Amino acid sequence: MHPVLTTVIQRLALGLLTLFFVSVLIFSAVEFLPGDFTEAVLGQAATQETVAAFRRELGLDQPAYIRYVDWIVGVLQGDFGTSFSGRAASGVDRSREVVDLVAPRLMNTLFLATMTAVVAVPLALLLGITAALWRNSVYDRVVNAGTLSTISMPEFFVAYLLILFFASLFPIFPSLANVTPEMPFWERVERLILPATTLTLVIVAHMMRMTRAAIINLLASPYIEMARLKGLSARRVILYHALPNAWAPIVTVIAFNLAYLVVGVVVVEVVFVYPGIGQLMVDAVTTRDIPVVQACALIFAGTYIMLNLMADIISIVTNPRLLHPR
Amino acid sequence: MTDIPETYSATAEVAEVRTRRTWRARAWIELRKAPVSAWFGLTVIVAYIFVAVFAPLLAPHGEAQVFPQPYAPWSPMHPLGTDQIGRDVLSRLIYGARNTIGIALATTFLAFIIGGGLALVAAIARGWTDQILSRLIDVLMAIPSLIFALMLLSIFGSTVTSLIIIIAVLDSTRVFRLTRAVAMNVVVMEFVEAARLRGEGTWWIMRREILPNIMPPLVAEFGLRFCFVFLTIAALSFLGLGIQPPTADWGSMVRENASLIQFAQYDLKAGITPLLPAAAIALLTIGVNFVVDWFLMKTSGLRDEH
Repeated sequence: MHPVLTTVIQRLALGLLTLFFVSVLIFSAVEFLPGDFTEAVLGQAATQETVAAFRRELGLDQPAYIRYVDWIVGVLQGDFGTSFSGRAASGVDRSREVVDLVAPRLMNTLFLATMTAVVAVPLALLLGITAALWRNSVYDRVVNAGTLSTISMPEFFVAYLLILFFASLFPIFPSLANVTPEMPFWERVERLILPATTLTLVIVAHMMRMTRAAIINLLASPYIEMARLKGLSARRVILYHALPNAWAPIVTVIAFNLAYLVVGVVVVEVVFVYPGIGQLMVDAVTTRDIPVVQACALIFAGTYIMLNLMADIISIVTNPRLLHPR
Repeated sequence: MTDIPETYSATAEVAEVRTRRTWRARAWIELRKAPVSAWFGLTVIVAYIFVAVFAPLLAPHGEAQVFPQPYAPWSPMHPLGTDQIGRDVLSRLIYGARNTIGIALATTFLAFIIGGGLALVAAIARGWTDQILSRLIDVLMAIPSLIFALMLLSIFGSTVTSLIIIIAVLDSTRVFRLTRAVAMNVVVMEFVEAARLRGEGTWWIMRREILPNIMPPLVAEFGLRFCFVFLTIAALSFLGLGIQPPTADWGSMVRENASLIQFAQYDLKAGITPLLPAAAIALLTIGVNFVVDWFLMKTSGLRDEH
C-alpha cells in the first residue's frame, strides 16, 4: 500500500478513537449529577410515580454501558433524546425533542460561520503572506501591532465597540441579529454584518500571525536560499519551491482557526442575540438542561475534531516528501 | 602636595576582586534596555496590582452598596455613574480588579501545579505513566475548552470554587504539553542521570535538577496562560455563568450594563460606561502580552526574524 494511504488511515482511526472517548466523556456528564436531579427537574411536587416514570425514560434503571450504547445509537440516527425543560410535576410532558431545538439553530450558526470564513480566510492569508514577504517594513509593523491588540481583546469588547460605532453612534447596521427562517438571503446577510465582522477581526488576527510565522520560517530554510542564489526569479522561487511545502502549514492554520471560530461563535451569538447553537447551549447550561447541553457539546466537539483531522490529512496528502518516497 | 600615581597597571586590574553586580543592578540594566512596549506593559501590570491590593482604600463607595438612582449619569458623587440597580460603577471597577485578577491568578497557579507536576512525573517516569497521561491529555484537548467548561459548569453549578477548579484542570492540559516537551530534553542530560544514580527520589529530581533548567519557557507560558484564563473567565462571567453577583467582576459588569450602549447617541458618557470594564480586561491582557514578548526575546533570543 502507498505509505500516504497508510498514514491517512491511521489518522482517521485515531480521529474516530478520539471521537469515541469524547462521546464517552460527554455522556458521563449525567453520571456526575447529584442523585436527586430527577426531582429537581420535575419540581418539588412530583409524585413517586412521575419520578419513577421519568427515571425509566432516561434509562436510569439500567447499567451505564447499556445507556451509553442506546444514546450513541440514537445520536448516530439523529435522535438526541428529549429536553428536560417543559416537564411538569404532574407528569404532563410538554418537553421537546432536542433535535427540533438544535437543528434550525445549527443552520443559523453554520450560516454565520460560513459567512465569516468566506471573508476571513482570504483576507488573513493575504495579510499574512504580504507581511512575511515585506517583513520589518512599516506595513508589517502596523499589521503586527494591530493584530496583537485584537488578540488581546475579549470578543465581547470588539463586538460592543462595533455596536457603539456602527449601530449606536452612526446607525448604519442593525445591532440585533434576530433572523427568522423566512427572511430573504440578503436581509439575513445585512443583519449578520456586525457579528460576522467581530468574528472576522478576531480570527484574522490569529490566522494572519500564524501564516506570517509559517511563511517566514519557510523562507529562511536553506533550499529557498539556494534557489535564490541560483538566480531564479522571485515568482518561480515562491510558486515552485516555497508553495508546495507551504500548503501544510497554511491548511493547518486555516483549520485551527475555523475550529477556533466554533468556540468564538458562542460569545458573539449572545452579544448579538443571534438564534444560534451557541446561545442555545448557554441557555441550556443556565437552566441545567443536560440533554441539550450534551447535544451541543457533542456537535461542537465533533466539528472541532473533524476540522483538526481534516487539516492533518490535507497536510499529509500535500507533503511532497511523503508523496514521493525514496 | 602628594603624588597621585597616574600609572595604569594591568596586573592590578586583573588582580582586583571582581564584584558581581547585584540582582537589582542587573534587573535595572535590563529594564533600561527594554523597549517601550515592555515598559508600557510593566506599568499597566504594576498599576493593576496596586489597584487590586488597595481596592477598599481607593474605591469611593462599597462593592455592593446600592444607591437610589439606577443608571445615574456621570457626576462628582458617582464619577462613572451607577449600574442597573444603582451601584457605583467606579467602585465596582476597582473591586472588580481584585476579584477578576485574583481568581484568574489562582486558576493559573492551580493549572501550573496540576499540569506542570504531572508533566514532570511523566517525563521522569516515562514508559506507561507517560503514555497514559499523554493520551488522556490528548482526549481532553480534543474538546474546545470553553465548550467543555460550559458543560462542566452545567453539572457542578457556577460557584467560584468550581469555576477555578474546572478552568484550572482544562488549562493544565496545555501546561502539561509544554512542560513535558521541555522537560523531556532535560531528563536525558547526564546530571539527571547522575542524580538518579546517587539515589535521589523523584521529588528531588523534579525540584532541584529539572525545574531550574526549564524555568524561562514556563515563566513565559505563565504569562500567556494567565491571559487565556483571564479571557476565558471574563467570557464565562459575561455569559452569566462565571463569577456570580453581587461579587463585582468585569465580565458580568459588561453584560449587566450593555443596554446603555444604545443611548450613546444622546449621552456618549453613558454609552461608553459598559465598555470600561471590557477595556480594563483588554488593557491588562495587552500589557501582559507585551511583557511576555519581551521576556521571550530576552531569555531565548527567540524572534521570528531570522
